[in-house]
Amino acid sequence: MKFLTTNFLKCSVQACDTSNDNFPLSYDGSKCQLEQDESIEFNPEFLVNILDRVEWSAILQVAADLGNTSLPPNKPIFEDKNSLNEDDMAILRDLHILLIQTSIVEGEMKCKNCGHTYYIKNSIPNLLLPPHLA
Amino acid sequence: MGKKQYLLYMVQIHTNFRLAELESLADLFNLDIDFSKYDANSPFFFLELDNDEQARQWIKRSILTKAIYEYWGHGQTLDSLHDTIKQTPGFQERCKQFKNSSFKFEFENYQGGKKKDMATKVKQMESFKYLEFEGKIDLKNPQEIYTLIEEYAPAFGKAAPTVPLSYIFGRFVGSSDRSAMERYDLKKRPYKGTTSFEAELSLVSANIAQVKPGTLMYDPFAGTGSFLTAGGHFGALVIGSDIDGRMIRGKGANTDIKSNFRFYQESEKFLDVLTMDFTHNALRSNLVLDTILCDPPYGIRESIKILGARDPERFAGKEDIVIDGQKAFLRKDYIPTKKPYSLDSLLDDLLRYSAARLPIGGRLAFWMPTANDENVETIIPLHSNLELKYNCVQEFNKWSRRLLVYINRGDSFKGPTNGGQKRSPSNFRERYFTHFTK
Ligand SMILES: C[S@@+](CC[C@H](N)C(=O)[O-])C[C@H]1O[C@@H](n2cnc3c(N)ncnc32)[C@H](O)[C@@H]1O
Ligand SMILES: [Zn+2]
Repeated sequence: MKFLTTNFLKCSVQACDTSNDNFPLSYDGSKCQLEQDESIEFNPEFLVNILDRVEWSAILQVAADLGNTSLPPNKPIFEDKNSLNEDDMAILRDLHILLIQTSIVEGEMKCKNCGHTYYIKNSIPNLLLPPHLA
Repeated sequence: MGKKQYLLYMVQIHTNFRLAELESLADLFNLDIDFSKYDANSPFFFLELDNDEQARQWIKRSILTKAIYEYWGHGQTLDSLHDTIKQTPGFQERCKQFKNSSFKFEFENYQGGKKKDMATKVKQMESFKYLEFEGKIDLKNPQEIYTLIEEYAPAFGKAAPTVPLSYIFGRFVGSSDRSAMERYDLKKRPYKGTTSFEAELSLVSANIAQVKPGTLMYDPFAGTGSFLTAGGHFGALVIGSDIDGRMIRGKGANTDIKSNFRFYQESEKFLDVLTMDFTHNALRSNLVLDTILCDPPYGIRESIKILGARDPERFAGKEDIVIDGQKAFLRKDYIPTKKPYSLDSLLDDLLRYSAARLPIGGRLAFWMPTANDENVETIIPLHSNLELKYNCVQEFNKWSRRLLVYINRGDSFKGPTNGGQKRSPSNFRERYFTHFTK
C-alpha cells in the first residue's frame, strides 16, 4: 500500500464517520515494514495534480507514525503549475519518493476512534469488518 | 478562420458505443462538432473542424475509429472523384500548401475489393497527376500521406462486388488509438481471470467515462483490474477495491494487478487495490474521485454479498471469542462473514456514492446485464443528481449488457429517481445462470 493511500483511508466502521478521529488511521511504526520501489517513474505534472487531493496534516501524522518527522509543516505550493522551476522539482522529487515510491508491505493500522485494527499483507490493506462492526 | 472539411473513417463494430465515444471525446477536448450527419450504418462521417490539431486531438484516444483525414473529394467513379476534388472549395490552396512536401499514397478498401496489384496502384496514382505535387515520393517518412478509400457494397453470397460503390480521397491527419486493443489484449496480459473484461470495450468505456490524465479513477469492484488498466492507459491514477481478496491479490508477485501495470510500463498510474466491501467504504468521504468506472457483481456467477451476518443471532457474542490470548476478530487470519444483498440496493448505493464523490461534471460508468425477453422490462437505476447520459447496449444471444453512463449535475439537477424500488427481475440469476456456465 503506497504512502499516498494512507491519505485516502479512514476507518470503514460507519459509526466512526461522526468522529474526527477516523482519519487518518494511526500506523504502528514498529510493525510496519516499508519498501521503496525506485522503478516507479517520476511524473511531476501528474504529482502536482494529485497533491490537490492531499490533506497535509494527515501526511505529517502518518509520516511521524512511521518515524519521519522531517517534512515541512505546510503543504508545498507551486506558484505556476505549468512551469515548474528547479526548487519545485526538488520538492516534487522528494514527494514522489515519499508518496508514490514508498509503500507499506506488511503492517497494521488502527482507528483512533473505535480502536479497530486493520492489517496490510503483501502490500494490500484489508478493510473488511467483523459482523459486530459492519 | 473558416472551418475545414474532414473525413472520419470509423470501424463498423460496436456501433451502439461509437457515437457515445466520439461525443465524449469531443466534449473532453471542448470541440464543437456537428453530429447531425453522423450515420451509425456508415463507416464514414463527414464533418467540419477548425484545424488539423483539433482533428488529431479528438481522434488520438478513440478506439472505435481508424483515422481522420482532411477531406479532398468523394465520387461514385474515379472520374467523378477527380471532378469533385477539383470543385471542392480550397482545392487550389491545398495543392499549393503541400506542393513541395514529400508524400506517399495509401489505399484502403472498406468491405471487400481485391488486393490491389502494383500496376493498378500506379495507374490510380497517375490519375492524380493534376494535383501537381512536386515533393519527392517517400515511402518511409513522408510529410504527407494521401489516402484513396474504396467503399464496396456488402457481399451477398459468393458474388463479392468488384466495382466500388464510391471513392473517397483525403490527406491523412491523425490515427486513432485502435492499436491499444492489441496491446491490452487479454491473451497477452500476465494476470487475468474469468471476470476480466475484454480490452476493446474496457478502453471504450474509459473513453466514454472521460478518464483524464492526472486525475483519480476508482473501480469499486476491481476484480482482476481490467478497468484499472484501461483507466491507467488514459493517464489517470487508479485505485480499486474488491470484497474478494483473492481476486486482487492475484497469483503471486509476477501475476497480479500491479504486474500488469509493470507489463504495460504504466506502474506510476497504479495507486492501490484494497480488500474492502464497497458498502463499508474506507475512502474518506471528502476525497474527490474524478471518475468511477466498474462492472458490478450481477449475481450471475455467484450471489451478491456484503459484510455482516446473515443470521445475527447465531453471531451474537462471537466478538468476545479469544484465541491464543487475542480477540479472534483482530487476528491476522480472521475471515469475516458475509450476508446476501440485492443488485438493486447495490446499484442504489453506487449511484448515491457517485453523487457524493464525483465532482460536478464527473462521470460514473458501469455495466449492467439485462434479459432479452420481451416481457421483462428493463429499468435503469436513476438518482436525482445524476443525468443518465448514455445507455449503450451490447447484445448476446440470450441476454445483453449495457454500459450506463451518468454525469454528476449536483443537487440542483433534481432529475427523476427510482432508488429504493425493486427494478431487476428477481429470477434473473436462476433463469440465466445455467447458460453461462462453461
Ligand atoms: C463482475 S466482477 C468485476 C470484474 C472486474 N471488472 C475484472 O476486471 O475482473 C465483480 C466483482 O465485484 C466483487 N464484489 C462483489 N461484491 C462486492 C462488494 N460488496 N464490494 C466490493 N466488491 C464486491 C466480486 O468479488 C467481483 O470481483
Ligand atoms: Zn473506527
